[in-house]
Amino acid sequence: MTAATRPVLLEARDLGLARGGRQLFESLTLTCNSGDWIHLQGANGTGKTSLLRILAGLSRLGFEGEVSCMAELLYLGHHSAVKPLLTPRENLAMHLSGAIQRDAAAIDHALAAVDLYGYENRPCNSLSAGQQRRVNLARLYLSEAPLWLLDEPYTAIDVGGVQRLEARMAEHIADGGGIIMTSHQRVSQPGVSTVSLDEAASQHGAES
Amino acid sequence: MNATTFFMLIVRRQLLLAVRRPIEIANPLLFFLMVIVLFPLGLGPAPAQLATFAPGIFWIVVLLANLLTADTLFRSDFDDGSLEQLLLSRQPLYLSALAAITAHWLLTGVLLALVSPVFALMLNLAPSAIPTLMGALLLGSAVLSLLGGVGAALTVGLKRGGMLISLLILPLYLPVLIFGHGAVVASVGGLPVAPYLAILGAMLCLAIALAPLAMALGLRISVDA
Repeated sequence: MTAATRPVLLEARDLGLARGGRQLFESLTLTCNSGDWIHLQGANGTGKTSLLRILAGLSRLGFEGEVSCMAELLYLGHHSAVKPLLTPRENLAMHLSGAIQRDAAAIDHALAAVDLYGYENRPCNSLSAGQQRRVNLARLYLSEAPLWLLDEPYTAIDVGGVQRLEARMAEHIADGGGIIMTSHQRVSQPGVSTVSLDEAASQHGAES
Repeated sequence: MNATTFFMLIVRRQLLLAVRRPIEIANPLLFFLMVIVLFPLGLGPAPAQLATFAPGIFWIVVLLANLLTADTLFRSDFDDGSLEQLLLSRQPLYLSALAAITAHWLLTGVLLALVSPVFALMLNLAPSAIPTLMGALLLGSAVLSLLGGVGAALTVGLKRGGMLISLLILPLYLPVLIFGHGAVVASVGGLPVAPYLAILGAMLCLAIALAPLAMALGLRISVDA
């Protein structure tokens, strides 16, 4: 399939952002078609998270350019949105993104997929940091949103977990979804295009 | 998922969170009790004098109890990223905000209204005025929760929003204080209370229509910053 026939999930034109008197990026143009896997790279403080928040529509002011998002999106941010007082099961069943409403079996399946089988009825404040991140990652098995925006999804996840996560992402791409993610780790999957934010004020694009 | 299901989901979620941390439910009640106990000590325990002041004391304490809890309305959801997820949801933010307020009202206003007869007797309020007091509290506290929600939405992004929220919201609480107090005083004096309750009801309608809009905007600004 060529790029022209694949539906566009998200389009960003001429994005520019200045923070604290420093230009983080400018004239950044980014297109995510169905089947695109974009890895945003950059050192700390180069605006990866800010860019992702702009793309998600959480930041609406204070930047240049325009973003048009044509698809439903799933956003995994720095904060896991996991309530310590609720169990993993309740956290997923009552998730505020409103996109998840699955039966208990699907939720249990997702929790098993992120290695939380046996923990589903414990309050999350008794789980480790990595396990709490995994509760959030279980949404990747429950959501039907075609576009995923993932901010450092590998943080606090062990090696086996990262592999399974990448397998799930590859599956999502094969199903015609799109992923824009930030990570300091290398993504060892074929077909990942890289956008680097390291050279501020230069033009980038995800050619696909 | 349709909007009604989502509304109920948020209400259930907030109530479940409160039940898991019961002290959050008990706090406003304990505060209420403490302050009510202060007045006989400060004003002197003459029953007639207390009865005169009781309606005013009641409403001021309800106002303060509400203000105390308003700051926590969105705080934990903001801190752990749940609020971001709520903003990205396809569901209308108007209804989500209204759902959060409904849960807050059930946990503060309705609870205070339910226990108010006990406190009313402690303050020597005429027993005949108690039904009016409860009705006015139910209506008035819903307005207070909605207004408090607007303040909470605007200040949730600030590290210490507690003082600012008081300055923003207390002036808006005044009409509720005036008419809520008026209703109870009228009831004690044997006058018709329906007009006062009707005005409180009208305020509630207006607040339900407008406050969630302001909350939705406030939350977007707070998360953006």
